[in-house]
Amino acid sequence: MNRIGVLVVGGGPAGLAAALAAKENGIDNVLILERDQELGGILNQCIHNGFGLHTFKQELTGPEYAGRFIDRVKEAGIPYKLGTMVMDIRPDRTVLAMNREEGMVEYACDAVVLAMGCRERPRGALNIPGYRPAGIYTAGAAQRLVNMEGYMPGKEVVILGSGDIGLIMARRMTLEGAKVHVVAELMPYSGGLKRNIVQCLDDFGIPLKLSHTVVDIQGKKRVEGVTIARVEGGKPVPGTEITYKCDTLLLSTGLIPENELSLSAGVELSRITSGPKVNESFETSVPGVFACGNVLHVHDLVDYVSEEAAQAGKAAAEYAKNGAKPACDTIPLIPTGGVRYTVPVAIRRDANQGEVTIRMRVDNVYQNKYLCLYKDGERLVRRKRMIMAPGEMETLKIDLSKLAGAEQITLRLED
Amino acid sequence: METKILTCIGCPLGCTLTAVPNGESFDISGYTCKRGLEYAKKELTRPERTVTSTVRVSGGKASVTSVRTASDIPKDAIFRVMEAINAIVAPAPIAIGDILCEDIAGTGVALTATKAVEEK
Amino acid sequence: MVDIIIIGAGVSGSAVARELSRYQAKILVLDKEEDVCCGTSKANSAIVHGGFDAEPGTLKAKLNIRGSRVMEQLSKDLDFHYDRCGSLVLCMAEEDRPKLRRLYEKGVANGVKELRIIDAQELRQMEPNLCDDAVAALWVPSGAIVCPFGLNIAMAENAAANGAEFVFNAEVQNITKTENGWCVSTTQGAFEAKVVINAAGVHAGTIHNLVSDDKMTIINRRGDYYLLDKTAKCVSHTIFTLPNRMGKGVLVSPTVHGNTIVGPTAIDIPDPENTATTAAGLQQAGQKASYMVKNLPLRQVITSFAGLRAHHPDDDFIIEEVEGAPGFIDVAGIESPGLSASPAIGEYVAEIVRDLLKLEEKENFISTRKGILNPSELSVEERNDLIRENPAYGQIICRCESISEGEILDAIHRPLGARSLDGVKRRVRAGMGRCQGGFCAPRVMEILARELGVNPLEVTKEGPGSELLVGKTKEG
Repeated sequence: MNRIGVLVVGGGPAGLAAALAAKENGIDNVLILERDQELGGILNQCIHNGFGLHTFKQELTGPEYAGRFIDRVKEAGIPYKLGTMVMDIRPDRTVLAMNREEGMVEYACDAVVLAMGCRERPRGALNIPGYRPAGIYTAGAAQRLVNMEGYMPGKEVVILGSGDIGLIMARRMTLEGAKVHVVAELMPYSGGLKRNIVQCLDDFGIPLKLSHTVVDIQGKKRVEGVTIARVEGGKPVPGTEITYKCDTLLLSTGLIPENELSLSAGVELSRITSGPKVNESFETSVPGVFACGNVLHVHDLVDYVSEEAAQAGKAAAEYAKNGAKPACDTIPLIPTGGVRYTVPVAIRRDANQGEVTIRMRVDNVYQNKYLCLYKDGERLVRRKRMIMAPGEMETLKIDLSKLAGAEQITLRLED
Repeated sequence: METKILTCIGCPLGCTLTAVPNGESFDISGYTCKRGLEYAKKELTRPERTVTSTVRVSGGKASVTSVRTASDIPKDAIFRVMEAINAIVAPAPIAIGDILCEDIAGTGVALTATKAVEEK
Repeated sequence: MVDIIIIGAGVSGSAVARELSRYQAKILVLDKEEDVCCGTSKANSAIVHGGFDAEPGTLKAKLNIRGSRVMEQLSKDLDFHYDRCGSLVLCMAEEDRPKLRRLYEKGVANGVKELRIIDAQELRQMEPNLCDDAVAALWVPSGAIVCPFGLNIAMAENAAANGAEFVFNAEVQNITKTENGWCVSTTQGAFEAKVVINAAGVHAGTIHNLVSDDKMTIINRRGDYYLLDKTAKCVSHTIFTLPNRMGKGVLVSPTVHGNTIVGPTAIDIPDPENTATTAAGLQQAGQKASYMVKNLPLRQVITSFAGLRAHHPDDDFIIEEVEGAPGFIDVAGIESPGLSASPAIGEYVAEIVRDLLKLEEKENFISTRKGILNPSELSVEERNDLIRENPAYGQIICRCESISEGEILDAIHRPLGARSLDGVKRRVRAGMGRCQGGFCAPRVMEILARELGVNPLEVTKEGPGSELLVGKTKEG
């Protein structure tokens, strides 16, 4: 059996940053396992700009952003294996991986960082009635085909869902000569960033229809048309149907953290984020197993992924060096009053040095509200936010020392 | 001229900017950084965008590489720039930052590779 | 000129081909689709019924019982997934107990073994998630589940191994009588045979009517289904409610691969190609199933689909030589329990043809077939040996179902191999998991293009007309 200090599952932005932090914090024996043929993860297909403003004070494209981290990983001499699938993670942190060259290999790990990312919600999960022809793609699958393989999945396009990948692909398909007829969004607000609505839809005159969904797909072999309708109270309104003749339906209706391996390790998941429940050091319910990036909760910006993953990598390094901390109670973080979830979900009572970054999302669009943190009955933080939307992550930083002795910590929005 | 409401695309915050006409120019408010103010000024007079796309590669391990305009180009030149991009075939190897065209579609802006492609 | 043409490579046509391939005869199987198992055989409940439901004395009853009895051995001979999980028919109200009793008696009359009516308490012990209304149930230990693709493909491959030829994308346009038999004109040319077997599923009426003035109508009865994620497992037996006029009603059942299937509805529609689900149909399936199983996790749906049953107005299988058309044999009205009965349908038709053509058995009939190797059933050591021998088994292509490139290559290169994304999916489940091909579809497309030696633009989802890509970027 191979012995590893910190094993990082996934070589995307989270895995790269976590591995670097583990190495920088004194672990020589770090290993990244990546299932694809190159490092960088989903960034390799995100060829648009808009990455890295926080991290590098510069607007980079996805491959450029990934490239900077990949260079650093190589400079640091961190080993990585490509084309390598992690098949199983056991609660004792034994990791079973497989690739063409070595077959199945077992690793005994002092600490494991989960950085597997997320997947897109497929058509089946959306319950769209109609035929099941060729020409229905998730936006990410289409993005890979267009940007990495140079193929057009269609020429006449309808997009369901206004997540960022959907918006980005509306522009991308348009630039490559396709006609994007409409972007339909089930919710009364967009799931993507405002800048993307401006520069991906408005710039090209692509209509965004909020509170609309797909109610029928025509074409038995290949998509021939898509019918959308307005939605009220969760139900399509009869008489509001519009049919677009098209050959392609792209879906950008949500991302789901990919936690099948976490479950095999016995990691407890949050029902809201579908990611592991972690404490302030990103440790899951299984000692020595840490999580970061989109496998933990879906992020809006990769910069935040890198920042979070570096913290998780550092914590994993400390665990690998010093072993488990003594058992200790935790202070729960309670999301309420408009806040949907928090990461972390709890803070160890013995964690009282440094600060904690609390990441969260809200459940609706809010204007001119205050994001507040309560230690039991006492309000410790009150920050004004001009606008908050479910598509965007909110963060609050607070000194751990201020939270000492709390029964619970509550996050809420106030007028 | 009437008051215009813009969404800043300078960064993911997407600040809402208000431009109130004042003689020949506008009084701009709502920005939270200098980039926002610059964006609004440009957007009202000569809007610009960065174009990202792909370029065909010959003799490489991948058949395409990703590219960007080194800086913003005029918004109304986007499709002209795309036509020029589509005509390029770049020989491998390619490194990140390689200039694949010094002046793309007469904009005076270079086209650079954003992804490395090794030789086959 | 061949001896026998079989129209349709679904589960009936493939079973007939396999049974006839025991004999010294030239067999040609024609299908209008690009692969075997593309019609009713691919979209059904995947159940091997015990045989309690069919009217005693009917062909449905007789062939269902026989099929159910031979299926387990067949699954071993031909290497497909089969699981005798047993089925339960729920009685949801005290006043329906007499109906349950009658169903029990019908089953006994049909010869179904080990049937038993069980009380609510025993029922709850077997299935803790059932709704509170169930007061009793018919316990059918011989009820089983099967992989319908596996069964269909295994029989077809075995027939091919024994010399049967298959021509795909061959839609029948006309059939005319010749001196010694029949000439079948298709989109792939004309073929002559002494005997023609019409196993055309929902199209069996149309095919029949090409040779007979005694017109046959097949009713297309659509059923909408949900398939739930493996994490949604809520029952361990096939759960039915008491049947009604339109069939056995909605069921909730595990599948052999560990998913849960919910459905079908029963809606008669005019178009034999219309396999589109409807919002109303899906809603109905969900509602009825939720009435049987408490807290049915419909949120974990990974796909929904619709299948058509080929219903004959006589409510029985019609398997006979057509009057006035010597050597033309209908295998029509094969709706539920058609999948269960298929091995017996094969035997039954083969006997008719054997007697017609006075066929002699082959000496070298191959009775077994090895399926696609599933590395996840191997030990780590065995798997490592396999990867050393063929590194493609070390490369996972489909993450959700953990399918390696080696399995996909096997699916493509074996006899009657996969030629499309769906063909690969039906053989090795790549793309059948929770992401539904989001990650692996581009990879599988690339492998298909490479292995079949075609342009990626020609790779299809399910045959001509379902091309997945429309062009290259940068080429207008």
